[in-house]
Amino acid sequence: MSLTKDGPTPPPATARRGFLDVRDLVVHFFTDDGVVNAVDGLSFSVEPGRTLGIVGESGSGKSVTSLSIMGLNRGRGTKISGEIWLEGQELISASTEEIRALRGSKMAMIFQDPLSAMHPFFSIGAQISEAYRVHNDVSKKAARVRTIELLDRVGIPSPNTRVDDYPHQFSGGMRQRAMIAMALSCDPRLLIADEPTTALDVTVQAQILDLLRDLQKEFNSAIVLITHDLGVIAEATDEVLVMYAGRGVEYGPVKELFAAPEHPYTWGLLQSMTRLDRKDQDRLRPVLGSPPSLIHVPSGCPFHPRCPYDAQAAPASREIRPNLIETTPGHQVACHLEPAERQRIFREEVSPGL
Amino acid sequence: MTTNATPAGKTTPAEAPKPSPATSEDLLLEVTDLKKHFPVTQGIVYQRKVGAVRAVDGITFSLRRGETLGVVGESGCGKSTMGRVVSRLLDPTSGTIRFDGRDITKLSQRAMRPLRKDIQMIFQDPFSSLNPRKNVGAIVSAPLHLQDIATEHGTKRRVQELLELVGLSPEHYNRYPHEFSGGQRQRIGIARALASRPKLIVADEPVSALDVSIQAQVINLLEDVQAELGLTYIFIAHDLSVVRHISDRVAVMYLGRIVEVADQVRLYEQPMHPYTHALLSAVPVPDPVKEGKRERILLYGDVPSPLNPPSGCRFHTRCWKAKEMCKTVEPPLLTIQPGHQVACHFPEERTLI
Repeated sequence: MSLTKDGPTPPPATARRGFLDVRDLVVHFFTDDGVVNAVDGLSFSVEPGRTLGIVGESGSGKSVTSLSIMGLNRGRGTKISGEIWLEGQELISASTEEIRALRGSKMAMIFQDPLSAMHPFFSIGAQISEAYRVHNDVSKKAARVRTIELLDRVGIPSPNTRVDDYPHQFSGGMRQRAMIAMALSCDPRLLIADEPTTALDVTVQAQILDLLRDLQKEFNSAIVLITHDLGVIAEATDEVLVMYAGRGVEYGPVKELFAAPEHPYTWGLLQSMTRLDRKDQDRLRPVLGSPPSLIHVPSGCPFHPRCPYDAQAAPASREIRPNLIETTPGHQVACHLEPAERQRIFREEVSPGL
Repeated sequence: MTTNATPAGKTTPAEAPKPSPATSEDLLLEVTDLKKHFPVTQGIVYQRKVGAVRAVDGITFSLRRGETLGVVGESGCGKSTMGRVVSRLLDPTSGTIRFDGRDITKLSQRAMRPLRKDIQMIFQDPFSSLNPRKNVGAIVSAPLHLQDIATEHGTKRRVQELLELVGLSPEHYNRYPHEFSGGQRQRIGIARALASRPKLIVADEPVSALDVSIQAQVINLLEDVQAELGLTYIFIAHDLSVVRHISDRVAVMYLGRIVEVADQVRLYEQPMHPYTHALLSAVPVPDPVKEGKRERILLYGDVPSPLNPPSGCRFHTRCWKAKEMCKTVEPPLLTIQPGHQVACHFPEERTLI
């Protein structure tokens, strides 16, 4: 058995499946330059009423993961393997028609840029009603009533008239609200929000995050929130998955992850942030180097070329890919450093500087 | 600045110690009542002017040499337009801009050209601000050619020095922009801005498009080159924590106006304007425990249209403290403490972070 691939962690056959359960997801794209290992062995699960935050740099595979769940990257040149279970139904092996029936009704997605995610030629109302009518056999009139109700719910002022407006007549925050309304039209059980607030101002971001929280309470949906902003993660999520080079490197409850992070990459992210709640530092401490190429992923731990503690974990870090291993209940870390050593480094070297 | 530790005989009597009346020597840039209105026209042949977008509507500030002024505000508040007018990429509608002791408001294109080397810009999007058909050498040396700047050891050597200064390798000279990552491209943009040895750099959201870890690298770089070359920055961004880190003074803009200016520590620790309060309270803090306890001011609605800004105080439509007076009387930008100016009828100190 080779140790360079995922180690021996076959999930127990009788394991209870979560509401959304992603197991060992692998997504490879075949390009002219080579195979892009966009996602390479990712597992996580989300329960109804909970929010999972996925955080990582651009190119870490966050968005590809969400597109795979939605069945939006099934084209030629893509190889997907692993399992995605949504309420007991497996999605990777499901047919395109089956996925299409689920998409929009049971699972919905909010995209980053609402201007490009909406069609400029159709009114907001027409686009939302269309999404609703695809999954519900109702008249146009009923769909319109429902649309107005939804726009009102997400806080669009005077929805009766704004329903006939076109996307360009809405401001960025309102477009994002309209997109949330569209995503919610069929009461999805799973909502994937891919950087829903990145294009928005902080004031509007606060409104949108509040709205998502309220809606989650109301509909008890599971939310996967993808972002690169640790502030948003701290504010809006219950569990966090930190991704690096297509893999999860740390996974745990949000409080635990911020109070006692154990992966050097998570430390790096926390250290490089400018944050308002701490004293201003003279100098920022960025993660050295740049994100790895996904065509030539570094051997062993993909973070090792940028890791300041690489020498302590060598040579294992350069040869063997670490698995996510539980350190404390519910908190998993993929790192070759000894858990006690990691905790010591965080306590003595990293934490004081945060 | 040196302190007043010089022999007593040498100093002029009764000189204010810290906020010394800034002489024109100290000031690199003085902007007075600057306005930029974009006309809105109707009709095809005869274009009637039916209104104006008041992107920048009367702002006044000054900038000392070596200082960094941060400008924050929501999108559409006119911060980018302000940057472009100050660097004369756009012509102001009214007001004056004095740069380095000289009024540059009305200078013609031709008269402006030699000054361009003193004012440079760094743009937000590292993908669209570099010409994809030119190699790095050509991009970075463009200011040198355009300005006929003599280089000691030839242009190529100078470009390679600049590349090294911004943390790229001199071998990158012949590569093209698409071969670089976002952070590296932003470094190329910075090298280009530094090529002509400018005095003032207007950086318009220079790190917004970058990942946090790379953001920190670029911010450190900007600080390093500032220290090394004695640059003055106008740093425009919407990220309040980044602005806090890099700025000496911070101006908060709302609908084309400055509503609060103060030095960095004061603005973040004792903000007075309700809009500043709202902005600061909206920034999420990466600490779930603290996040739950923080006071949160939620603003409702969006920024009103700059086509037809609200009467009186422009913020009154979204302000929870607004009284009758705010709807009619526009509050002037008043100095509340030395170096701290606020435009509000009911300023109040509040701790939010």
